[in-house]
Amino acid sequence: MSRAASRHSSPRSLFDKIWAQHLIRRTPGQADLVAIDRLFLHERTGGVALKGLAAAGRPVADPARVFCTMDHIVDTRPGRGDATVMPGGEAFIIETRREARAAGLTVFDIGDPRQGIVHVLSPELGLALPGLTVVCPDSHTCTQGAVGALAWGIGSTEAEHAMATGALRVMRPKSMRVWIEGRLPEGATAKDLALTLLARFGSAGGQGHAVEYAGPAVEALEIEARLTLCNMATEFAAFAAVIAPDQRTFDYLHGRPYAPDGAAWDAALTHWRDLRSDDGAAFDREIVLDAAEVSPSISWGVSPQQSMAVDGRIPPAPTGDGAEIHGRALRYMGLEAGERLEGLPIDAAFIGSCTNSRISDLRRAAALLRGRRVAPGVRAICVPGSGAVKAQAEAEGLDRIFLEAGFEWREPGCSMCFFAGGESFGPRQRVVSSTNRNFESRQGPETRTHITSPEVVAASAVAGAIADPRRMGG
Amino acid sequence: MEPFVRLTAVAVPLMRDNIDTDIIIPSREMKTVGKTGLCDGLFAGWRYTQIGGREPRPDFALNRPEYAGAGILIGGDNIGCGSSREHAVWALKEYGFRAVIAPSFNPIFFNNCVRNGVAPVVLARETVEALAAQVQADPARARPTVDLERGLVIAPDGSHIPFQIAEEHRVALLHGLDAIDLTLRHRDEIEAFWARDRQARPWVYL
Ligand code: SF4
Repeated sequence: MSRAASRHSSPRSLFDKIWAQHLIRRTPGQADLVAIDRLFLHERTGGVALKGLAAAGRPVADPARVFCTMDHIVDTRPGRGDATVMPGGEAFIIETRREARAAGLTVFDIGDPRQGIVHVLSPELGLALPGLTVVCPDSHTCTQGAVGALAWGIGSTEAEHAMATGALRVMRPKSMRVWIEGRLPEGATAKDLALTLLARFGSAGGQGHAVEYAGPAVEALEIEARLTLCNMATEFAAFAAVIAPDQRTFDYLHGRPYAPDGAAWDAALTHWRDLRSDDGAAFDREIVLDAAEVSPSISWGVSPQQSMAVDGRIPPAPTGDGAEIHGRALRYMGLEAGERLEGLPIDAAFIGSCTNSRISDLRRAAALLRGRRVAPGVRAICVPGSGAVKAQAEAEGLDRIFLEAGFEWREPGCSMCFFAGGESFGPRQRVVSSTNRNFESRQGPETRTHITSPEVVAASAVAGAIADPRRMGG
Repeated sequence: MEPFVRLTAVAVPLMRDNIDTDIIIPSREMKTVGKTGLCDGLFAGWRYTQIGGREPRPDFALNRPEYAGAGILIGGDNIGCGSSREHAVWALKEYGFRAVIAPSFNPIFFNNCVRNGVAPVVLARETVEALAAQVQADPARARPTVDLERGLVIAPDGSHIPFQIAEEHRVALLHGLDAIDLTLRHRDEIEAFWARDRQARPWVYL
């Protein structure tokens, strides 16, 4: 193959390097056969894959590299067991557990301190590592690219394929670099950056591309903030999102339960240091954003691209085709063009999800809530992303701050990030939420969701209306 | 998997962009751990008057007699975005849809279509809109054809519209190939890869 000869002569992108490392077979005109290093399952879409595999009599090729958690349907109220408010939900938990155990997988089950949202627990346990291919039948798998893994969402049948063969057949995606210059201003977060990108480039802006986030503003982000940024790449329609691993990444991963240690760590580190785009590497597309233009943001409509600065006004309807979409979104949300969101009364506040439920998110929200109370009539809920996050928060006393402020303090899981058929915020209830999707009825039938940072959620919960955390004072 | 070669069928145009998988099948309609029993939940939020109810909303296309027996779905940009749930494709297929025509697809949804014998057809936006307009004029009779063998959509007015699809996907659909079987033919290569990779990246193997 001539590729081998040119391997070291032409500059390669991070994506090119990871892809080449995993390429088992390439046939012109066909999908590439790519090795899969880690597969995650959850009870929503994983159980059905496990059942399909068992029904076909196919064993899991390497069960040691397949992990299963309970996050989507599992109850998050204190004292939970298998019973859940989603009608029939228990069956998903019980059947997934049974199939996963029968297949010899590691299960982060209810009651296991490691249990949590798949995309939160994976980096936290050192399961996602630089240069690994990671898949899960879940669209937010791209989150895990924040530690330098190539991580993407698949369907359940693809999950069966990955389990049975240890590989996937994938059409090589195009590559795209999102270069983020400058620095985020004081008070602006990775969530605001993600929302600004979506507002600027649209929810199909990264369609089908393996996106690399790079540039000084990305380098300056802590790993948990990078996870937030990569999380919303699926809202950008990207195939995956990846950030080159650097010293922050290595420091974050060192000592994690499944990360290599000793000599293996040193060997891995040598390999990982090469995992960055070479100077002059080619991308199919490149876009640039100046981080200085980012400010605390919030969605006004029913698509994440319908977002704006929290202190701004809802944009006017565009001319042409977009006008109808714009109008429908505003009708659903009970809003009008030109209106301010700041000061708009809310019914509920939610902090959680694979976007913003990590310890740093909870710390920032708690800092705003300390000594304050949620406004009367506002239902406020905080759901830590994993058992480890919850334990750490409790060790720091953050649970007390949330509880004293009037938040519910829950067990880890996806919870009300999405409506599984059980708990909901209720029709036309206005919710400020640290989640990633504001689709119609995402958090329950006809619920009006505004996605934003944990800071804006906390500030709004206290004000009883959408509020700018920068105006809260100490 | 059932092969897809050529299909002439009633087409349902739902000309909205970003039709997400939760619209195609709401989470609350995924009631069992399986791939079947989903078609009643297809487009439930648009199709029924009430959440969880079954009283049809008369103005929604799937409830109108002229769209009975529909086999082709025509949609807008970025169809199948949102959740990766394959239930969206299982529900479409169980209802009778075997082809989806749109200007662009979410990549996970696209793959899920191929893996389940539903042909995903990408056409230019103007072409999709023109096709939808022709269908809407007389839904029961203006039936498009998706000819995968020749890589053509034949519009109700007789025009031939070529479309591109990767050979891998075309062949898989045409022959109803099971991707796992195909891959397992390369078992030796996969094992050889692992043997090499274990040396190069031992920390990957737990
Ligand atoms: S937290 Fe929400 S977005 Fe994340 S995996 Fe769970 S349901 Fe999906």
